Amino acid sequence: MSKADKRVDQYRRRFLIRAAGQACGAALLGMGLLTLARQTYGLPATAIRPPGALAEPDFLAACVRCGLCVRDCPYNTLKLSELGDKVTTGTPYFIARNIPCEMCDDIPCVVACPTGALDKELTNIDDARMGLAALVDEENCLNFLGLRCEICYRVCPLINKAITLEAQHNPRTGKHALFIPVVHSDACTGCGKCEHACILPEAAIKVLPTHLAKGAPGQHYRLGWEEKQKAGGSLVAPDKEHEYNLPEGFRYEHEGQGLIKEKESDKTPFGSNPLDTLNQRGNSNE
Amino acid sequence: MSSVLLRPGVDAIAVKGWWSAHQWLLLRRITQVSVLGLFLAGPLFGIWIIKGNIASSLTLEVLPLSDPYLLSQSLFAGHWPETTIVIGALIIAAFYFLVGGRVYCGWVCPINPVTDLAAWIRQRFDIKGGARFPRQSRYWLLAMTFITASISGSLLWEMVNPVTIVYRGLIFGMGMVWLLLLAIFLFDLLLSPRGWCSHLCPMGAFYSLLARYTPLRVSASKREQCNDCMECYAVCPEPQVIPPALKGAEQGIGPVITGINCTNCGRCIDICSKHVFQFSTRFTHTSYQGAI
Ligand code: SF4
Ligand code: SF4
Ligand code: SF4
Ligand code: SF4
Repeated sequence: MSKADKRVDQYRRRFLIRAAGQACGAALLGMGLLTLARQTYGLPATAIRPPGALAEPDFLAACVRCGLCVRDCPYNTLKLSELGDKVTTGTPYFIARNIPCEMCDDIPCVVACPTGALDKELTNIDDARMGLAALVDEENCLNFLGLRCEICYRVCPLINKAITLEAQHNPRTGKHALFIPVVHSDACTGCGKCEHACILPEAAIKVLPTHLAKGAPGQHYRLGWEEKQKAGGSLVAPDKEHEYNLPEGFRYEHEGQGLIKEKESDKTPFGSNPLDTLNQRGNSNE
Repeated sequence: MSSVLLRPGVDAIAVKGWWSAHQWLLLRRITQVSVLGLFLAGPLFGIWIIKGNIASSLTLEVLPLSDPYLLSQSLFAGHWPETTIVIGALIIAAFYFLVGGRVYCGWVCPINPVTDLAAWIRQRFDIKGGARFPRQSRYWLLAMTFITASISGSLLWEMVNPVTIVYRGLIFGMGMVWLLLLAIFLFDLLLSPRGWCSHLCPMGAFYSLLARYTPLRVSASKREQCNDCMECYAVCPEPQVIPPALKGAEQGIGPVITGINCTNCGRCIDICSKHVFQFSTRFTHTSYQGAI
């Protein structure tokens, strides 16, 4: 190897070592970032993404944190997360209890989004699924206590679809009804108007991320009554009607009426001696 | 000589007067403030000329302008973008391709005044030492931001990117952004001279890459008048770009500063008492005098 060659060689060595050092430094930093991200990518359950937001992982790939959605929200619902907030920095969200989504017909936030982080496919705001309302506190909800508050039901933009009131017997008083607010996931947009309006100091109804608000049925579960309807009739052999040993002239009605006296007779079916009745010898001394 | 370099510009002021010895610096600061002002006019005064922030914006309700670096990160993260941001990013990329990639750094970026201030204080108070990262580090970091975007499937760098965080903070609410600014300032001041912008910032690296064929460049067109006062080196954030143009006459290198890291900040023009530098294009050696 000539002297010049050696020099070139040494130069190359030094260059490679330097480059490797820089690459390692960058890689270390990158790994640090990746771990940090795991811990700090955040979306608290109370923070809701704007309508049309892609699923969270896709959203974090798409949103460039420009705030155009925030600017075009006429109700100041949307906020951009500030550095240090619990929501991934710079991304848009809203807290329903503060300002809910008013479900604008023209969905200006989605129109404003330049990246598609808010999906342009969403053109009917009723199709938005920002989260799902859940009546989380059945102990304090006034309607569960038997009162007629149901503010959440009244303010719901999809009243009678997203929230319905289901009448139930009030076992406490024994004679009144409970009007239970029930949220239906096939209609609820997660706008948060109900949570915002709940008159309790801490809302009894809350919009949560759908996976937190909703359970999932086992994949193999079939609801018998639905299957029956689909099939147009029962899929199993119908139950044989139960027969009771009843005194003559009596019938038993299963749907609730109970014992029915079929024909009026002037004679009591039972003997006057209660022992006879107990001993099932009602008609013996006829 | 170092005592002279504590206060570079004395000669220039004596020869050209204070204003012309600071004209590009002032113009740069005015530009930085005006761009920010346009963004702030909306939220502060309800004058909506530009909406959004430098990540992506909408001017006069029609013109989308988007940062090509953010779009690239988003692509690496695996998102197929809407056309709006692609158009916006192409416009911005074309603009910086024409005027000099790192014009972004020198004329728009909100970090630049901070790191400039740190550099100025270092010089003025003769603060020496500190770690020196290789200037190539920024390209490795740039690659790192893309790779981690791919791995994490998200705009990972945007969690820490001081440029976008500060700009967004100024417009949408500072939160803890002051701490970040302070960190960068102290880093440049005490830990690493011109450490952030000239060695590490991947955003600066990205815009450097846009400058490969930039027509608008600074030229040392009167390099024969150079008296070796070294003041241009002292004020330039990327002094390694100067020697080929300034001292390359014998090797047959043209006077145009073609180094992609040059921010077209024009400090060298201001500081030179011998009128060596001026804005020019990369194609001409004869020059046109800068607009001001
Ligand atoms: S407009 Fe889109 S990209 Fe911009 S902050 Fe909102 S969701 Fe993100
Ligand atoms: S969040 Fe509440 S108010 Fe909004 S649609 Fe759902 S149930 Fe109705
Ligand atoms: S508004 Fe609150 S308290 Fe009233 S019915 Fe709804 S959940 Fe219950
Ligand atoms: S190098 Fe980075 S931080 Fe520095 S001025 Fe350029 S973009 Fe801003």
